[in-house]
Order: sequence, then C-alpha cells, then structure tokens
Amino acid sequence: MRLKSTLIASAVVMAMGVVSGAQAGTLEDVQARGVLRCVVSTGIAGFAQPDANGVWGGFDVDFCRATAVAVLGDASKIEAVTSTGKTRFTKLNAGEGDVLWRNTTVTFSRDVGVKLRFHGINYYDGQGFMVKKSLGISSAKELDGASVCIQTGTTTELNLADYFSSNGMKYEPVTIETNDEARQNYEANRCDVYTTDASGLASTRSALPDPDAHMVLPEIISKEPLGPATRHGDDQWSDIVTWVLNATITAEELGVTSANVDQQKGSNNPEVRRLLGVDGSQGSELGLSNDWAYQIIKQVGNYGEIFERNIGVNTPLGIARGLNALWTDGGLIYSPPFR
Amino acid sequence: MAQASPSTSNLLLRLWRNEDSRGVIIQIITMVVLFTLIAAIARNVVINLAEVGKEFSFGFLNWPAAYDIGFSPFIEYTNQSSHLRAAVVGLLNTLLVAVCGCALASVLGFTLGIMRLSRNWLVSKIAYVFVEFMRNVPVLIHILAFYALVVTLLPPVKKAIDVGAGAFFLSNRGFYTPSPIFEPGAAIVGFAIILAIILAVGFRRWAKQVQDRTGKAYPIFWISATIIITLPGIAFVATGMPLSWDIPVLKGFNFKGGMAIKPEFLALWLALSYYTACFIAEIVRAGILAVSHGQTEAAHALGLQNNRTLQLIIIPQALRVIVPPLCSQYLNLTKNSSLAIAIGYMDITATLGGISLMQTGKEMETMIIVMGVYLVISLTISSFMNWFNQRIKLTER
Repeated sequence: MRLKSTLIASAVVMAMGVVSGAQAGTLEDVQARGVLRCVVSTGIAGFAQPDANGVWGGFDVDFCRATAVAVLGDASKIEAVTSTGKTRFTKLNAGEGDVLWRNTTVTFSRDVGVKLRFHGINYYDGQGFMVKKSLGISSAKELDGASVCIQTGTTTELNLADYFSSNGMKYEPVTIETNDEARQNYEANRCDVYTTDASGLASTRSALPDPDAHMVLPEIISKEPLGPATRHGDDQWSDIVTWVLNATITAEELGVTSANVDQQKGSNNPEVRRLLGVDGSQGSELGLSNDWAYQIIKQVGNYGEIFERNIGVNTPLGIARGLNALWTDGGLIYSPPFR
Repeated sequence: MAQASPSTSNLLLRLWRNEDSRGVIIQIITMVVLFTLIAAIARNVVINLAEVGKEFSFGFLNWPAAYDIGFSPFIEYTNQSSHLRAAVVGLLNTLLVAVCGCALASVLGFTLGIMRLSRNWLVSKIAYVFVEFMRNVPVLIHILAFYALVVTLLPPVKKAIDVGAGAFFLSNRGFYTPSPIFEPGAAIVGFAIILAIILAVGFRRWAKQVQDRTGKAYPIFWISATIIITLPGIAFVATGMPLSWDIPVLKGFNFKGGMAIKPEFLALWLALSYYTACFIAEIVRAGILAVSHGQTEAAHALGLQNNRTLQLIIIPQALRVIVPPLCSQYLNLTKNSSLAIAIGYMDITATLGGISLMQTGKEMETMIIVMGVYLVISLTISSFMNWFNQRIKLTER
C-alpha cells in the first residue's frame, strides 16, 4: 500500500515536471488550444476587471481581445490568467499565460534580468500619490513620516524608496498584494497615502465611495511606460504582439474606426489598404490571416476607441489622453509604418 | 531479453517468489525509479532555465535590494542594503513571530486544556466551544479576519486611544509603548540581574541536594524570586536609576519615538497563537487524561497534597504524552507563519521569497534558500523537542 502510494506520488511529480516543457511555437499552441491566455491583473477598474457576468473587460483586456482576434479571429476566445504584481512574470515564464497585458512597466531589469520581451508601450504612465483632502497637504514633499500603502513586487515600490530617500524623508511602507487590499487599507486609514501609477490611482479613486474627498498630488515621480510582454525565444509570437498594438495605433492615426472600417476597405490610401489586408500579404507573413487587422478594428476598435471606452474622459476614471494622445496630437503614441 | 537462458529466468523467478529477496528487488526498483524522477526534474529545470537564458547563481544576494521594509526591529536596514540583508531581516521577523507564537500558544493551550477538564460546567463549555470553533476554521481566515478587525475597528492614528498615562496608545497603525533608554550605569544593573539568576540557580541545586539528603524542603520558588527581584533592585537604586523612557508623541502623520507593535505583527501573532493553542489544548487534555486516576489516589494515600500531586505525579507523566505532538504543533506554527504574506508582515517569504524574487527574477534561487531556511528552523525545533522528550522520559530500570 505504501509502495503504491509512493509510486502514484512519483508519477504525479513527474507529470508536473514535464508539463512546462514546450516553449517555441506559441502561435501553434494557441491555435490548437483555440483560446488565448492573457496574464492580467486581479482587478483594476477600467483596465482589467470582470463584469457582473464574469466577462472580463477593460483597457488591457481589450488589447488581449485584439490579440485573440488576430490569432483566432474571435475576440471572445480569451482566458484571463489573473496575477498579482508579484506572480505575473513567473506565470508568463512558466507558460501559464501566452502574453502579458497587465499594466506592466517596461524596465531594463525586466527586459534583461527577468528575460521578458517587451513590444512597445500602450500606456504612458507615471507614479503618483493619492491622499485624503482632509489631510490638507498639497505636495508630495510634505509626506515626511507618512504611512504609505504600496503594492509589493512593483517598480513603484522601488521608485517610492528612491523618492523618499533622495528627498531626505522617512516613511512607513505598508506592503499589500493587490489593488483591492490597498484600497481597504487606505480607506481604513491604515495608511495616509496610496501610491501607484497615476492611471491606477484614477481607477482606485473612481471606485471609492466618495471620490471627491480624495486627491492625486501633482508630483509624478517616475516614468512608467506600460506595455505587453512575452517570453524569450519565440520571435514570431513577439512580432504578432508588437504589430497587434501597432495596428490599433495606426488605425487611429489613419482614421479607421470600428464604425467605418468596412467603408475604409475601399479607401484609396495605400497604407489603409495594406493595413486592412486589401493589398499586400502582411497578414500571411505574420502567420495570420490577411484580414487580421481588419478584424481587430472591426471587433475591438482602434487605440482611441479602446482608450475612450474603458478609461477616457466619459468613463468614471475620466483620464484625459495627455501623453497617450497620438504623436500628431502632441502625445507620445506612435507606431512604425505599415510598409 | 527474449533469449534469456532457462536457468537465469528460473533464478529470477525463484528470487521473486522468495519473500525476502522480493522485498529487496522492489526496493531497488523503487529507488531507481525515484532517482530517475529526481534526475528528470533537475534536468528539466536546467533545460528550461537555459532556454529562457537564465543563469543559476546566488550572486544577486549582494546586489542592493532597493526596496524598504517597514518592520525591522533587530537590525539596521535601508533600501541600500543588500538582498542578503533583506533576507536576514525577514528571517529575524519569521523567528520573532515563531518564538512569540509558540510561547503564547503554549500558555493559552495549557490554560484551555485545563479549563476543558474543569468540573465547572460553564468553564469547561466555554473552553470547548472556543476550541471547536477556532480549530475548525483555516488559519489563513483567522489571520485575515484578525487583521481586518484590527485595521477597521481600532481608531486611526490621529484619534489613537490613550490606554495608559499618556504613554501607551492604541490605533490601527499599532500599539505604541515607551521604549527604554539605557544610561551609563545600566550595565551594572544588567550584571546584577545575571548574577541574581546564577545565584538562584545555585540555590535551587543546593536545596535539592539538601532535600535528597535530609528530606528538608525549602520554599525554592519564593527564595529565588526574592533574590531575582531584590538584587537588581538594589543595584538600580544604588546606581541612581540609570533608565529613562522614550515616550511616543503624535507628530505629523504618525507617532514619533517609543516602540510600536505593528498591526500586521499583532494579527499574525495572535491568530497563529490562538489557532495553535486550540490544538495544544486538546493535546494537553489527552495527556492529563492519560494518567490514570489510580496515580492520584496513590499519591494522596502517601500523604501528598493536591498541588504536590499535580507537580510531582501527574504533570511529569502527562508530559511524556504531550511533548511529541506538541513538537509538531510548534513546527506547524512556524511554517504557518509564512502566511504573513497575506497581510504584509515582512517575514522571509515576503522579503526574499517575495520582493527580492520579483525584483531580480531569481525564482529558483530564492525559493531554494527560503525552503532551506524553513527546513533548518524546523529541524532545529525538532531536535530541541527530541532532546526535551528524552529528558522527561520515564526512567526505566
């Protein structure tokens, strides 16, 4: 009996050891599976959150859907692999997710040390501080001695340490795992300040019972370029993710929207025709169908539509385009040409 | 294989039919399978790491950690310290909660266990309900619930409750107490304390010897206590009271000065303690019930009073039953302390196995260290308890 259970246990261990084998050929894996697994956050309003029916939506999730459209032709064929700030890269590198669309800052150490491949920026962010208006402070320089809620395993944790020590200030870090826990601690006054990316602060503030009682301080203490990531070692997959993002941006730049995309197929603009797969063979060069970008715009929309729908000024988050406007409008969002 | 000669297959068959040799064969096969599995897993790890281009090395321990730790009561730590130092801070925090937890769980557990045995109906039922309720809810839920309770029920720091003479404050950011400041001369008092303890131990030995020889019993406890209190007391007064207190004062966002017991520590410590105490209570109850009533009657017949009976007859025999399972409860508590991560208490799982892992991307290395650390802690506890068990074991002649 004991021998038998030992053998069973060994077999289980062996099975676990072997599972994480295959790496390359992500595209084939996803197409064979019929569903795209995206690593997303555990829930940040506007960026990645399930609705009442358990259907995931949000800015990052829409980019995940766009990727699914490109690869599988269907925006609904996604599976959200939720992860905390701490587990996200392990999940990606262990093969639990195919691609990471999870407000993740691109940094040197993540690109080189954690062995990720980043594919451009879908949101230019910066770290800010949110405080209760009743504290009566107006600048982050007045935060000496404060208790600060911070999500563990993030770049913000390191920026925070740098900012306080370079300004000669002390603070008590209150480390938490998820955005929701941070909100609870902040609401209960366990901490005076909540710090994360300004987009995350806007999202958290919108979810508080009385958003007007809270303010985001003017200081932005870091550059947080957020973008998608994949594992090392699959160049084709990397190209696909890169150009899914670029397709949404180019579509906005060219004025192609989900509403007029059918009409635009008849456009005279050669770049529109190449993007939508009317001319050329860009889709098949990527290993996708030739109308992949057309389907993305049709089913999900262009960059501007994704932005406005989830986090724009008419949503509870109310984030203006700012740095995330197209380069033609004075922002930083810029795609290499489809040529 | 197919062409094996009849004599060889005959031999194998004979070996297989023999019960002893069959046992050996099965063991050999099991070992081969086991080691093949381990080798396969190790190989898989190496290949997978190589495939993503990760180097296996512990050099990252010397890199600056770059993050802050909110709770480092024992050693100095800044964000410029190394990952190794962050790991040590975490390890000390783990040990702190483990030691405090085991101590409190033992006291609570023994109390509850004895309450359960009480002839008073109310006392015994209270203990019964408490034990059954607490030990049947997962410890993680206890920790989260306790933390939520501390953070939401206690007032924010600006409205902290003054629980004693303007020096002790309770808020949802912790329990603030004055911290001692030692002035020159405090060393003499410290020396006096050590001396008093040595004297008390010496006296105890001597009194035992006298009792063995003559039967005369001294009130050891009271005399030792007098020595330990008066000697340092005299030294303290003689050196001009070389001790003052740093009293916490609310300044800006938080209290400055004094000591703070953080809610994260408090929640983890208390939740682990009362959860484990419930198991200990049952172990204690079983241990005491295991000593037959005849022992008590015999002791009474010899003229021993109730408390002496308990001290000399019941407890020593009950301990033999109590200690081995008690050891596994201590181990459980220590390992459960890694749940600290759920509420942001910075133990070794949270520092090295959490933030350092994330910031350096060294999953394999950090996890190996963390596992090794827990293994060493557990084995240390185990061997101590084994030693203790050996000591209190019934001497058989």
